[in-house]
This record gives sequence, C-alpha cells and structure tokens, in this order.
Amino acid sequence: MKKRMLALIMTTLLSASMLAGCASSQSGSATSQSTDQSTDTAAAAETATAETTGSAAEDVSADISDGGKVINIWSWNDEFEQRFNKYYPEVQDVSKDGTQTTLKDGTVVRWTINPNQNGVYQQKLDEALKNQGTADADDKIDLFLAETDYLVKYIDSDINVAVPLKALGIDPDTDMADQYQYTKDAATAKDGTIRATSWQACPGLFVYRRSIAKAVFGTDDPDQVQEKVKDWDTFENSAAELKDKGYKMLSSMGADTYRVFANNTSGKWVDDGSTVVRVDPNLMKWVAQSKEFTDKGYNNKVSGQWTDDWNKDQGADSKVFGWFFPAWGINFTIQPNTGDAGKGDWAVCQGPEAYNWGGSFLIACQGTDNASQDADIMKKLTMDKDILLAITNDTLDYTNTVSGMRALAEDDSYKSDFLGGENPYKYFAPAAESIKMDKITPYDQGCTECFQNAFGDYFNGQVSLDKAKENFETAIKQRYPELTSVEWPSD
Amino acid sequence: MKKRKKVNYSKWGYICIAPFFITFFIFSFIPLLDTIRNSFFQHYFSGLKEIGPNFVGFANYAELFASNLGKYTLNTFILWIIGFIPQIVIALLLASWFTDNTMKIHGERAFKVIIYLPNLIMASAFAMLFFTLFSDSGPINSLLMKMGLTDEPIKFLATTVGTRSLIGLMNFLMWFGNTTIMLMAAIMGVNPELFEAAELDGCNHVQVFFKITLPMIRPILTYTLITSLIGGLQMFDVPQILTNGSGAPDNTSTTLIMLLNTHLKSQNYGMAGALSVYLFIVSGILCFFVYRMLNNQDPDGSKAAAKKAARAAGGRK
Repeated sequence: MKKRMLALIMTTLLSASMLAGCASSQSGSATSQSTDQSTDTAAAAETATAETTGSAAEDVSADISDGGKVINIWSWNDEFEQRFNKYYPEVQDVSKDGTQTTLKDGTVVRWTINPNQNGVYQQKLDEALKNQGTADADDKIDLFLAETDYLVKYIDSDINVAVPLKALGIDPDTDMADQYQYTKDAATAKDGTIRATSWQACPGLFVYRRSIAKAVFGTDDPDQVQEKVKDWDTFENSAAELKDKGYKMLSSMGADTYRVFANNTSGKWVDDGSTVVRVDPNLMKWVAQSKEFTDKGYNNKVSGQWTDDWNKDQGADSKVFGWFFPAWGINFTIQPNTGDAGKGDWAVCQGPEAYNWGGSFLIACQGTDNASQDADIMKKLTMDKDILLAITNDTLDYTNTVSGMRALAEDDSYKSDFLGGENPYKYFAPAAESIKMDKITPYDQGCTECFQNAFGDYFNGQVSLDKAKENFETAIKQRYPELTSVEWPSD
Repeated sequence: MKKRKKVNYSKWGYICIAPFFITFFIFSFIPLLDTIRNSFFQHYFSGLKEIGPNFVGFANYAELFASNLGKYTLNTFILWIIGFIPQIVIALLLASWFTDNTMKIHGERAFKVIIYLPNLIMASAFAMLFFTLFSDSGPINSLLMKMGLTDEPIKFLATTVGTRSLIGLMNFLMWFGNTTIMLMAAIMGVNPELFEAAELDGCNHVQVFFKITLPMIRPILTYTLITSLIGGLQMFDVPQILTNGSGAPDNTSTTLIMLLNTHLKSQNYGMAGALSVYLFIVSGILCFFVYRMLNNQDPDGSKAAAKKAARAAGGRK
C-alpha cells in the first residue's frame, strides 16, 4: 500500500511539473504572437500617461510610468556603458563584473549586451520587445541602443516601440537645439516625432600612421598627406608607392573602404514601399576597386573588420598605413589596439570622399517604468554640453554639440597627444555639418553584411563576379523574405 | 469474491512509462505536427512587423527545392564523409590493437580516456579554437612561416578545400574516440575461441582482422555508420562557428541546419518548417534502415527459410 501511494505521488508530481512547464511555455508563445497587442496596450495607456506628462504628450501615445527599481539597458557593446558609468552624474558604483550599475537613489541599472554581427543583437532585442507587454516590471527594457544601420526599424511610428521624446518631457526644439541636424533627421519617425537621440556625430576621415607617411612620402603633415589621398586615383597611386616600400595602404580586402562608397550612393538600398533591392553603381565601383587592390597587394587581405587579424593590423608595429574611421573608430578601436606604443604615431586627414559611418542612438522603450530617469539619462548624456565636452576631451569621441565642436575646431591650443599634437576637430567639424542622412532604410545592416560576404569570395578569387552577384541575391532574400528581386546597375 | 480481488500489477508498468509518452507527446509530437502545419503557411517577420500566416500550399517546398537545397545537402554529405572515413579507419585500427592480447599494450585505459577527451569539449569551443589556430595570423601560420615552408600566410579559411578539411578534421578528432570504444566492445564480444583457433592455424594479424574481426562486428559497424550519418545530417555548430555563419567560401561549407538557422533568423516559420519536414523525411528514411538492420537477426536467411517451411506445414494442416 505504501509503495503504491509513493508511486502515485511520484507520477502525479512528474506529470504536474510537466504540465506546469507546458503552461508557462504556452503563455510565452501566446504573448509573442503579434506586435499589434503591444500597440493596443500602448493606445490604452495613452489617456493614463497624458495626465502624468501633461501638455507635452498631445498627440503621441506612450505607455510609460515611473517608480521602477531596475533600469534595463540593451546594447551591442560596452561603449555606452563606459560612457554612462563615467559621465552620468547619478552613478553611485559599478559592480565588479560590470553588469550592473547602482545609482545614487538606489536604482539599479542592468546591462544586457549581445553582439551586433549577424543580426544577433536585433534578434534578441526583437524577442524581448515582443514579450515587453508581459515581462516583469524589473525585466522590462527601459532603454536600448540602435545603430544608424537599423535605427529606422525601431523608431517606426506604426510599430511604436520607441517612446517619442516629447512624451518623456523632452522638448526637441530647445533641449536638442545644439545637436547636429542630421542626427535629429535620422531619429525622426514617419509621423514627424523624434524618437531617439545620439551623443555622437560620425563624420568619417582617413586615419593614418605618421611614421609610415614619413618613410614613404617624406612628410607626416596632414595637409600634405591629404594631397596623397585626395581622390581615388591619387589614392591608388599612393597605394602603389606604399607597396613598393613594403607597406600596405589598407588592411581588409574591401570592408575598410566600404562605408566611404556606400555613404555616397545616389539612392537607397530599397525604396520605400518597394520590394526590390537596388544595388548602387557606386557599390560596384567599390567592388572593382577592392578586387584590384586585393590582386595588386595594396591591402593586407584581411577577411573582414572586427576580426583578430584586423585588430592586429592596428597594432603599433604593423605595416598597414591607414584606416577610414569616424571619431569613435579612433577612441574605441585604434587606441586599444595600438596601445601606448603607438601613441602619437597617428594623424587624420579628410581622405578622398566625405562620408558618415555609424552612430549609436538611445531609445526609450514603450512599457518603461523609469520614464523620468530615462529622460534624465538622455538629457545628461546626449544633450548636456558640459558632459559632452568632457567626453570629447577624455576620449576623442566626436560628440553631438554643434557649438562645442565648433569651438574646439577653432581652438588652436587644442592638441591631441594620441594624434601627435594634431587638432582633429579642424577636419571633423566641417565634415559633420555637411552630413546628410536621407538614405537609410531598415534593410541597411543585412544588405551591408550580405554584400560584403558575397563579394569577399570574389576578392579572394574563389568565385566569379556573376557568381558573387548570385550569392548576394540568395543571401538577401533569405535574410529578408519580403524582398523579391535584386536590380544591378547596367555597366 | 476473494478470487476476483487479484491485483493487476501490469498497470503500474504502464503508469511508470507514461511520463515518457506524455513528455514525448507534448514536447515532440505536437511541435512536430505544428512544424508540418507551419510549412504550408507564409509566415515571417519583417523587422518587427508580422507577415502572415497565409496559407500557401506547397509554395514553400517549391521555393526550397528551387533554391540551394541540393547544394547544401551535398555539402552536408561531403563534410560528413571527409570526417567519417578517417574516423572509422583509425577507430578500427585502434580497437583491434587495444583488444589484441598478443600485443600487450601498456596503459590501455589511459589511451582510452585520452582519445575520448576531444569529445568532451563543446563543439563550438573546439571550432573557435581551430578558427584562432588557423587564422591568417594565427599560430599555425606563424609556425609554417618560421619553418620556412611558406612565405605568405596560407589562408586556410578562404579556400573550399581548407575549410572543408578543417571541418572534417574536427569531426574526426571529436568522434574517433567514441567509435573506438564502441568497436572495442564489439570486438570483445566476439567468441575468443575463434581467435585462438585462427592463431593455431597460423593466421597472421592481417588475416585475423579481415577474416574474423571484420565479419563478426559487421552489425555494429553498420550501426555506427548509420548513427553517424544521422548525426552528420544535423551538423551545425562546427561549420557555423568556423565560418562565422557565412558558410564561406561560396557557401561550400553551408550545411542544411545552417540554412535552417538563416531562415530562423528572419523568423521565417514557413520556410523553416518546410526545411524541417525535408530533414525529417531524410532522417526517417535513414532510421528505417537502422531499424531494419537492428532487427535483422537472420543474416544468412536460414531462419526465414525455416519459418516459411513451418508456415507451409501449418497451412496444410
């Protein structure tokens, strides 16, 4: 009898635990069914939040509240975390493993970091956003970061996952007056509301090694080196000169110049409402040039950016001459890779074409329960001129304050030790003011990755040009099922 | 009355195995049906917008077969075979050495542990290790250059041969220990009198291996082959990590599950469903062969003949 009871209890327990597991997984899938749901709740909460935020939220819907104990911030690297921990005035202390920051009022900031490559960050973020409606208050995403490559996807007013800044009590006209216009344009949704804000502007320049410039061109002066790279023909001749002396102009087979070409296209990857991918003639120029440079040995044949080989090429004793980088590339990539040994050996000049690369935007997420803190973080870290200037002074990052950057550019006493005493803002500031950001689409990251992957095989000599085109078509249609065909420029 | 109170214990047997069937039903069978259902729908996410589900019949299958499916199936097979051939050869060799009493290998146990060790490393960690070792500026290349064997770093991962061989090498290293141990068990199950008799008759090692060992362990060999083939069909983590998910160069190292992964990235339930059904059918066919082989206790057909004769006799009765 005892045995029988025991068996009965055990089987009951087993099946009960299974049913429990089943129940939770079912509720999980139920919530992940559609995003309409969250917009519904957002709309329902509209009336409630209209009271708390007052007149600021007139025609915008926002599901936001205050009083949460945990601020969840999602990103793809620790760049913003570093900025936050160092420059946000409310920071009390940071946990040893770096995954948590405690604020002075006891609120905990929890960092969730997933890598950007292959769309991993977006995949995880999308999953979390779908569950935002039912997540525990402490697990709800409060703030997340988005790169310009996919910013459009998240600030879309139809999807409504990004809280309009007005609803947070930020007035774009006054609070963001000193930001670069293009950063505001990029953050504006279809309905005209601004839904994201950035602390940086990303005009790109050509960053080169002074020691190699002296050895090959006899000078390391930025204006004279600029003459050696002023357009793509001259750039190629200089690459040949560098090669003769045993140096390499660039590191990767194509990725390093990609942004310069991709940012000077005549149209978007995919036009609004269209399902056709349009490959710009300028990108085919990039393909031709990269193939030539690889075949002639002008680059170091590194397969891509952010790889180990690529990082090593930025080391102090490498033979690679230069890189196309915006300001963040200098402080976030070159500085750690080159170390103290390479300090002072670098300089910047404009390069063959003006371009823009990247830029991290901060977005407050619908469903946040730390609205006023989100707003304060945005204001302090992306709109406060003093803090932005402090960031620039410490890190060389090019921050989003027009007046501050202009002042730095005109300040002849400003010298960067890392750049051998050069004032890089002389070049960055005019470039930043001319940036236009009117060709971004939600497909940019996928197109960029698939295009570089497909043509990487071509540069390597593994496939023909036509085969590479075909591979790009297959890859892009797999990545975005709604895209139907690819249009190539006629040569 | 008392007689009727006889307790039927057999129901406890059913209750005890019930958890497995309930679990299987909930976590395997229902998702399986759901996968098949999904494969007939157009259903994916564009950014955060949901598209579908719309019923499209066999359109997903048509699209699947029209795309690179054949190439990826071939890739998967090639990647499996270049790992499997050295694996089975080395495993047979080691198994017959370790079980041979006349060779008296010392530290046999230690060897068994060591050859099994690579299997304990997580496949993705192992792939990451190889990725670093064989990268353009990695240790293998600097070693080759120091030894003067090559002037320029060899780009292992940029060529089809290099990438495929590395994947094959990894699969070989990870699985040959496992196979060795399985084959050793098979060889030790062979009646030792056969070996003794062969020895008395003056057979050499090669003859013993080919005339006695190999025929006697054939069922286990076939079993190893089929399970390894099914495992090979699901090859994913090694090529995924080694090529950073790109299947480079020119998709020559993209396996079927990597294709599945690409579809899941765009949350394309329809295409992923169709591909899963395809994989299900292929592994179903392979499983059928395993089943047939394992149930085959009548290799020379004598039992079947006896049965047939008995049935014929019974029929006459």
